[in-house]
Amino acid sequence: MNFEFSEEQLMIQQAARDYAQRELIKDVIERDAKAEFPTEHVKNLTELGFMGMVVDTKYDGGGMDTVSYVLAMEEICKVDSSLGVIISVNNSLVCYGIEEFGTEEQKEKYLKPLASGEKLGAFLLSEPEAGSDATHQRTTAEEKDDHYLLNGTKNWITNANCASTYVVIAQTHPEKRHKGINAFLVDKDSPGISLGPHEDKMGMRSSDTHSVMFTDVKVPKENRIGEDGFGFKFAMKTLDGGRIGIAAQALGIASGAMERAIQYSKERKAFGTEIANHQAIAFKLSDMAVKIENARNLCLKSAWLKDNKKPYGLMSAMAKQYAADIAMEVTTEAVQIFGGYGYVKEYHVERLMREAKLTQIYEGTSEVQKIVISRALLRD
Amino acid sequence: MKILVCISNVPDTTTKIKFVDNNTKFDTNGIQWIINPWDELALTRALQLKEESNGAIEKITVINVGLIDSEPTIRKALAIGADDAIRINAEPLDAYSVAAQMAEVIKKDPYDIIMAGIESSDYNGSLVGGMLAEFLDIPSVSSVSSLNIDGGNVELSREISGGKEILETKVPFLAIVQKGIAIDPRIPSMRGIMMARKKPLNVSEPIEVDSLTEYSVYELPKPKSKCKMVDPENVKELIDLLHNEAKII
Ligand SMILES: Cc1cc2nc3c(=O)[nH]c(=O)nc-3n(C[C@H](O)[C@H](O)[C@H](O)COP(=O)(O)OP(=O)(O)OC[C@H]3O[C@@H](n4cnc5c(N)ncnc54)[C@H](O)[C@@H]3O)c2cc1C
Repeated sequence: MNFEFSEEQLMIQQAARDYAQRELIKDVIERDAKAEFPTEHVKNLTELGFMGMVVDTKYDGGGMDTVSYVLAMEEICKVDSSLGVIISVNNSLVCYGIEEFGTEEQKEKYLKPLASGEKLGAFLLSEPEAGSDATHQRTTAEEKDDHYLLNGTKNWITNANCASTYVVIAQTHPEKRHKGINAFLVDKDSPGISLGPHEDKMGMRSSDTHSVMFTDVKVPKENRIGEDGFGFKFAMKTLDGGRIGIAAQALGIASGAMERAIQYSKERKAFGTEIANHQAIAFKLSDMAVKIENARNLCLKSAWLKDNKKPYGLMSAMAKQYAADIAMEVTTEAVQIFGGYGYVKEYHVERLMREAKLTQIYEGTSEVQKIVISRALLRD
Repeated sequence: MKILVCISNVPDTTTKIKFVDNNTKFDTNGIQWIINPWDELALTRALQLKEESNGAIEKITVINVGLIDSEPTIRKALAIGADDAIRINAEPLDAYSVAAQMAEVIKKDPYDIIMAGIESSDYNGSLVGGMLAEFLDIPSVSSVSSLNIDGGNVELSREISGGKEILETKVPFLAIVQKGIAIDPRIPSMRGIMMARKKPLNVSEPIEVDSLTEYSVYELPKPKSKCKMVDPENVKELIDLLHNEAKII
């Protein structure tokens, strides 16, 4: 057992912290209010290598391990989860899937520009009528001579507008149900693709979320990822890893809120003393710290399992469910500690609370994580 | 052209300082070490100069006098972008010993520009830069807040009381830099962090040098005393407090 981080892991954590505390903090409130995409920050974080940090250097990635990724995500999301989700989708949903399951040609053509951050990617699984139950894909990929023809609508797609490359999940053989599903690499500027309006969200407002419509979109056969019918397995395996990113995001939201709550409770006075001296407040802080430490350990253990090529799907489901749920609890209590000040934008905690809510919903709701966890427990 | 940046390994600026051994030694337990902030700015400016120089500046080296535990800090400098590093394997006893150790190494392999921070954020001695220049017998400019190179000419500016002083000099020289030399320190990129272990970190054995300083005792500033609020209407209470509690009237 070793709880020590390496010098490189600590450097990455510090780099992420420096960027978040020095740069992201400056305009995060304004970007949230205006729902403005963080173009400049994406550019800077690309230069620093965050957009493809876990991809092998062979494919122009940062070559970092998943533990470093958790440390970086926590620091970024303490301040700004919109940036966090842009990084997470590109690294763990898009790059990871291509690196793990793509052909050399696909890696050369698609992975390299995504890993270097020259281009961004999006992951298109959810549909208006297929969220938690992703087996019911209505988007179809009809097999033609040398290509597939895509038709249908995807919903809630992060990076939909800023991405150049889409990983699209669609049904090829409806009679085979989820075993007929495929995954494809699709260029966003292919004819027949159109976007719905930017979703006006509750939180993570400066990330870019749209629905995406496909009308007779031609996709070359060589853009299918894996064997015919591998798509659903591909999506589930990719999401196993993606959950670590979102768990770390939730962890960052919670620890960001706690840091602010500690600071505030040492300054704010009521009834003649700092509110931290009221035990009701001090105990809230204590509860937060224990929850956050647990969430952090689950995140790091999932990351460690993944880095050491051991099965991690169950642990990452636990990490995601727990971290997301405690992020909601911790941010709610942080707002409470701030009192009226917590309810206005200037103090950040209300935004963190809005951001926390999303971590319980996307990349598998908390309920869905519990299905994953309990099924693993009950399997013989 | 080659630039050398002196790097001091100091406790993180938010460290809670404690002393041991009858208050004669700084307690290094649990301390997080960082590049001295002024040195980090010096390195940032050196890297900018190299990038702007179209190849005229071939190399940025960092140098540190310290034991092996300062290597993470040195590698951070390599991750930020320095090309190679020298660590002189000795405990940094005082400004004199540090400057003497560095001078010995630099004499054998001189640099065109040497940059040192105006002070280190731990002992705040403001001595190493000036001493090093003397040992090397090269000119030094202190309190440098900007440094630009135009062909063979170097233009420096210094903050002086009530204004700014602009100077010109030629290499070799030593610049003792302060705030303003660069705006923000650089954040290392993933690539830089990966490369750091692959770049040369040359360890050189120290010479015999005496330390000229003996630390008798350290003292921490007294904790800030509580501030008492007095209602502006209540002059009587104020006078009473000044008289009986503060005992200044
Ligand atoms: C801002 C945002 C960004 C997103 N980004 C992406 C993206 O980039 N790519 C992508 O593909 N998708 C994305 N999503 C979609 C997201 O993953 C889905 O919203 C999520 O999986 C839930 O699906 P749903 O919204 O259809 O809810 P539903 O599946 O309809 O669920 C409704 C409720 O029922 C519960 N429920 C459903 N089934 C069960 C069950 N069997 N047992 C118990 N409870 C159940 C759910 O937990 C939930 O509480 C994003 C969503 C949002 C809001």
